[in-house]
Amino acid sequence: MYTGKSVKRVDAFDKVTGRTRYTDDLCDRSAYIAKVLHSTIAHGKVLKIDTSEAEKIPGVVKILTCFDLKEKHYFPTAGHPWSTDPGHQDVADRLILTDTVRFYGDDIAAVVAEDEVAASQALRLIKVEYEEYPFVLDVQEAMKDGAPQLHEAFPNNILKHTRISNGDYEKAIQEPGLVKVEGWYDTPTVQHCHIENFICYTEQVNGRIHVVSSTQIPHIVRRVVAQALGIDWGLVRVEKPYIGGGFGNKQDVLYEPLCAWLTLQTGGHLVKLDVSREETFVCNRVRHAIRSHIVSWVRPDGTYAARKLECFSDQGAYASHGHSICAKGAGSFPQLYPCENVEVDAYTIFTNKPAAGAMRGYGIPQAMWAVESHTEEVAAVIGEDPLVFRRRNLMPVGYEDGFSKNKLYTDSFNQCLDKAMEAIDYKRKFAEYQNQTGDVRRGIGMAVFWYNTAVWPISLESSSCRMVLNQDGSFQLQLGETEIGQGADTAFSQMAADVVGVPLEKVHIVSCQDTDVTPFGTGAYASRQTYVAGFAIRQTGLLLKEKILDYAHELTRMPVYNLDIKDGNIVRTTDGQALMSLAELATEALYSLSDSRHITAESTYQIKSNAYSFGCTIAEVEVDIPLCKVKLLNVVNAHDAGTLINPALAEAQVHGGMSMGIGYGLSEKLIFDPKTGRALNNNLLDYKLSTFMDHPHLQALFVENPEPTSAFGTKGLGEPPACSVAPAIRNAIYHATGVAVNEAPVNPHILFKAFTEAGLINDEPKGPSQS
Amino acid sequence: MSNRYKLIKCTINGKEREVMIDVRASLTDLLRNDFRLTSVKKGCEVGECGACNVLINGECFNSCIYLAVWADGKEILTLEGLSDPDGGISDIQQAFIDEAAVQCGFCTPGAIMSAVEILNEGRELSDEEIRIRMSGHLCRCTGYENILRAVKKTMLKRLGKAEQ
Repeated sequence: MYTGKSVKRVDAFDKVTGRTRYTDDLCDRSAYIAKVLHSTIAHGKVLKIDTSEAEKIPGVVKILTCFDLKEKHYFPTAGHPWSTDPGHQDVADRLILTDTVRFYGDDIAAVVAEDEVAASQALRLIKVEYEEYPFVLDVQEAMKDGAPQLHEAFPNNILKHTRISNGDYEKAIQEPGLVKVEGWYDTPTVQHCHIENFICYTEQVNGRIHVVSSTQIPHIVRRVVAQALGIDWGLVRVEKPYIGGGFGNKQDVLYEPLCAWLTLQTGGHLVKLDVSREETFVCNRVRHAIRSHIVSWVRPDGTYAARKLECFSDQGAYASHGHSICAKGAGSFPQLYPCENVEVDAYTIFTNKPAAGAMRGYGIPQAMWAVESHTEEVAAVIGEDPLVFRRRNLMPVGYEDGFSKNKLYTDSFNQCLDKAMEAIDYKRKFAEYQNQTGDVRRGIGMAVFWYNTAVWPISLESSSCRMVLNQDGSFQLQLGETEIGQGADTAFSQMAADVVGVPLEKVHIVSCQDTDVTPFGTGAYASRQTYVAGFAIRQTGLLLKEKILDYAHELTRMPVYNLDIKDGNIVRTTDGQALMSLAELATEALYSLSDSRHITAESTYQIKSNAYSFGCTIAEVEVDIPLCKVKLLNVVNAHDAGTLINPALAEAQVHGGMSMGIGYGLSEKLIFDPKTGRALNNNLLDYKLSTFMDHPHLQALFVENPEPTSAFGTKGLGEPPACSVAPAIRNAIYHATGVAVNEAPVNPHILFKAFTEAGLINDEPKGPSQS
Repeated sequence: MSNRYKLIKCTINGKEREVMIDVRASLTDLLRNDFRLTSVKKGCEVGECGACNVLINGECFNSCIYLAVWADGKEILTLEGLSDPDGGISDIQQAFIDEAAVQCGFCTPGAIMSAVEILNEGRELSDEEIRIRMSGHLCRCTGYENILRAVKKTMLKRLGKAEQ
């Protein structure tokens, strides 16, 4: 058995020797270089683009502007499976280049040149005339009558509003003796910051468009490039090599359509479009900033009588993943702390800012920030230990969601909490840090999270797998699910080796997806890779095994029911004797003069289930009140991700999510100039991504309750680790200081304001008076 | 235009090289484009992320903000240069594999080169010191935890000490 063991990553050797080829490493040097001209206003119309000076730069091949786009094919960019029902299709609001500018950084023209220097020089010489419109950056301002409008089809900039109404909220709040707790909670715009920026290159080959892209979703890129160009989908071939991280940004179609169009505009030539770090922050996707308003009505016995959530999600200028993110977060609200009377209003609003898309957690980090900050306050208001309050009100074992049919089969929340509390010595520290005084104080806080794996029944979930047997008894394993750094290829190889019955080194995973040859699959998102691929791997592996044993029957004259494959041998189960090796069988199968067979298996499994994946974070902090600085001393995450396929890789995955959560809680925020709408810190120096220095030891713990719906007992782990870290830190700061900060990140700017308001620091200047 | 190009001599991964370069080119460009040493990664091209780190005369630099002309007369070592000719790998590379310190792998080459610089000093560093020395590397996948572990284990092993 390989599943359950921490085998080494199948791609690690090449990665530590520099052999792994990423998109830029594969591109031929004959490629033209494309660079995009971005708007320098936040909202308006491009009136004129003068390229005459730019065209004089030696090496410039062609300059194309929004006015050169003769056929306007609007396309959606979200990495969602296509829906054949028009009512469920993503909003198609993008053009390859646009003359209507909707955010500072919109794509209005592109230079194609022989080299990067010429492209950059030409870009600077292009002159643009605009008609400027007023712009709006705040979600609630954008909803008001008279606010600047981004898209005609969406009055008041409301992309979508959904409502959940359970029970009777208005009646429920009449119950005597209720305590009302209310708060507003804000999360920032943040960016994925995968270390490899987005890059793609395109070329026309035999009349078709060949795209190589750093993407999580090759099959979706194929469809969208074709939609954007207005050509048949089969005319596009997309290859996905190894990628330097994605985290959801590359679960969107980014510049592949523009690059493909530039290839078509330059006679089919190879064109490379390599995006800078500064562009990545603004012109790719960001995480939705969500403002949430929660009202809870609590009974004296510490139970909820009624609850209400309003949330306003900042979509930025284009729909991308749109309302799905806010809806996922809002959908967790009635479930995490179930209550009979709940009202939820979720709004997704266009603003003149970078488009928001998928990012690790998909609305859940925002929702957990709001809900778990609020939970802490509710416990405080009723004078109860937040742990006791949570245990009483959390989703109980046996809870089943009527829509997804997801069920909580085991006591995951309490098991995770117990494990995390023990690891961090929670109870002792919680008592010790009560009622501190002085400038430097310590605190400990917790937060839980709700997450569901995969997307059924909202959209298609299917996974296809192919196994091709070689002469030596090894086989190629192909899947539409993509390796994006998380270790999927290794987990898939472990699963396949177990199902077929061969040593791990006999499984050759084909890491690169190529839409011409890879079985269809929609890619990496929703923490679904091991869950969905597991079904297809098991089904296809059994199919391959059946074909192998059928041939073994021919060769050994033993009945199939007395045969099995173990450790790469055909074994007679009645006495355990190895009758022949799989290599001997496979060679005979290909070269037999009497019965030659190419033994392969391929199948699709449609997944009509998904699974809850729950857990928690506990954080311990030291707060220096006069300096408004928070030092994270200890942090632990505990997860129930079902059975772990590879514990070491699972642990590593949790570390990365925790790191992202720490940044979300303490430092990361993309800031916009209110006067221009321009991003002010779109680089890795001014945008405060956590470094080696910003983390304590990250502790990742697991409770392994096998998921009953899953092919290997496993469920989502990619995104969950990022979901509860920030509110746990916030709650630890609250515990240390008694100051509730409801705006993330809790950086010194925010703390200075909060501590001043709380009277913990005195804003009076201490130096000599200026007068 | 004549002073746009310059002939430089340097040693790259143990081999003496003579190459005509564009004086505006960065060492990253030189290594990636002229020698196809693609372990040298571009994550920001302004010295923020550390993905392009290489050793120059034993010292670790961001090659993206180091001009190729400055490499004249220098000894350059990239990740490719750590493997021996038979394909064997160094202890720190093996530690990155063993400690699951590799995920997407994009920051890995630069991080390993900084680790090499630290390890070659042959002295024991505290966790805090390792963190400071490695802090020029940004990684979004690992939370730095297993990279720290890999560097520390290799350091202790080289010093003949068991991990405490």
